[in-house]
Amino acid sequence: MADQAVIAVHELAKNFGPVEAVRGIDLEVQPGEIFGFLGPNGAGKSTTINILCTLMRATSGTATVAGIDVDHDPAAVRSRIGLGFQDPSLDQQLTARENLEFHAFVYDVPASSRKERINEVLAMVDLADRADSVVMTYSGGMRRRLEIARGMMHTPDVLFLDEPTIGLDPQTRRHIWSYLGELPKRAGVTIFMTTHYMDEAEYCDRIAIIDHGKIQAVGTPDELKKMVGGDVVSITTSDNVTALAQIEAIAGATPIADNGTLRVEVPDGAAFVPRLVRETSVEVTSVAFRRPSLDDVFLKLTGRAIREEESSSTDQLRMMGRAWMGRGRR
Amino acid sequence: MSTPNGVLVRTPAAQRSRRQGTLWPTLRAIYIIWYRDILRFWRDRSRLIASFAQPLLYLVIFGTGLGSSLSGGSSFGGFNYTTFIYPGIIGMTVLFGSIFSAMSIVWDREFGFLKEVLVAPIDRSAVAIGKSLGGATQAMVQGLILLILAPVVGVKLSLLSVVAMVPLTFVLAFALSAMGVAIASRMKSMQGFQVVMNFLMMPMFFLSGALFPLGSRLPDWMKVLTVLDPAAYGIDPIRRVALGGTLPGPALDQLSLNVAGTVLPILAEVGILLAFGVVMLAVAVRNFRVRD
Repeated sequence: MADQAVIAVHELAKNFGPVEAVRGIDLEVQPGEIFGFLGPNGAGKSTTINILCTLMRATSGTATVAGIDVDHDPAAVRSRIGLGFQDPSLDQQLTARENLEFHAFVYDVPASSRKERINEVLAMVDLADRADSVVMTYSGGMRRRLEIARGMMHTPDVLFLDEPTIGLDPQTRRHIWSYLGELPKRAGVTIFMTTHYMDEAEYCDRIAIIDHGKIQAVGTPDELKKMVGGDVVSITTSDNVTALAQIEAIAGATPIADNGTLRVEVPDGAAFVPRLVRETSVEVTSVAFRRPSLDDVFLKLTGRAIREEESSSTDQLRMMGRAWMGRGRR
Repeated sequence: MSTPNGVLVRTPAAQRSRRQGTLWPTLRAIYIIWYRDILRFWRDRSRLIASFAQPLLYLVIFGTGLGSSLSGGSSFGGFNYTTFIYPGIIGMTVLFGSIFSAMSIVWDREFGFLKEVLVAPIDRSAVAIGKSLGGATQAMVQGLILLILAPVVGVKLSLLSVVAMVPLTFVLAFALSAMGVAIASRMKSMQGFQVVMNFLMMPMFFLSGALFPLGSRLPDWMKVLTVLDPAAYGIDPIRRVALGGTLPGPALDQLSLNVAGTVLPILAEVGILLAFGVVMLAVAVRNFRVRD
């Protein structure tokens, strides 16, 4: 199984009545990856993740998780995956330990290792000291951590996280990421997550950008950024007129003079800067280059900036309603 | 499976305790879903107290008030009104308790916990069954607690009648919980709850014979409605057992649910109620199994 994709999706599509939420998605996720699903609200992220988690059925196409077809044996898939939802699905009137005990029961964690396992996952997210507090007393970040810990209780092959850090403050988000980033190495799990935070996508090993129900691009964050063309270098020199011709020779592109600064796009800014300093005869007084961000990638692929707003609570309710009731409404 | 530095070692699938068949995991899931309900019920003492306060109001204020304005009381088989409604109030407590507990599914849905259950690798029938049994247990306990008021309202209970009361309240609680779960399985928000309250729970309560006898004096249209009320089939046996020590059978029959001119034996009523509960449970199971 080692080299086989842990998630394989082929021409997956999902319609809600006349609305095509997902229009033919193909992707493969390798074991141990942190795979990010990036896109604006309504792009089809949650629908796809719900199909992979067996909460919804696809209209057409196939998907396997841990080698099991999600449509043929949803129960088997469920036993191999862990989930963390954007809206905590913890019982707030129970303690962390009781929530985990519930989970251990329904996921068939052997009675002999239940206690030990609960302590392990609590320690993993630094909640051991609060194990017997009722979840209602937890902060938003603690709840999210507990939710992740719970998803790991039954040693799943894949941990699905739907917007794991949505609605949290930046500091808490970094905190959560410090746990998530470690998980594949520590626990041998594959993480499949959705997000619409560009900065978070950077933590992923690979990203798929999805918009209008289709995958626009897949790759490592660096690969995706290279699609933009290159880095933007801004240079000031003691003699811009002389420098312009020399830079053009090095970069193979004509710099644009703008307000005393020369701007040029190069494939690789980091390699370009030493050459620039070495090969120009005039004095370079300042040089700066900006790597393209995933925002630039998204802009290039979709023609618009990703919306950074949080999904509203009604959106979330609607989404949950879809997931739970499964009546095909949107 | 843990190592000193806290590394989480994966359990090979073969090592997991995967017993053969689906019955055992389903039973285990039913148990934990039931247990969670009981744990929450026990933890929420205010609800326990509240479940005691409403029946007390009915018995002491409503019962005394209406009873004293009714003449003689021959229409209640010689009981004073408070004694007459006492079993009905136990039934009411079970009725409300069952439906409220079952409706906690809608609450779970709104607060997200239901998703944890629905994505678990268990047969969804466990959700419907576990919730129905959880609601039934809570409602039964709420109803049986009221037995301590028996001496206050002048009802003599034998040990046997107390013992008989346990399965009778449980069957009523189970049937109504299953109905509540079946409804809640299709309900998306708490807003619908008010509708259920006004158009289902209250009519069921009023037609159940909790507050007045369902004997032959009722107009025909209302008799039809009482026969259709599942709660009537649960409250009647409770009344017969509770008041049986105080009144001979034939006098009780006059107060009882009357199906097409005949008074059903307790076992028949229990059977009908149980059948209703099983049908409702089947509906709930089906609703939970549907996947989009």
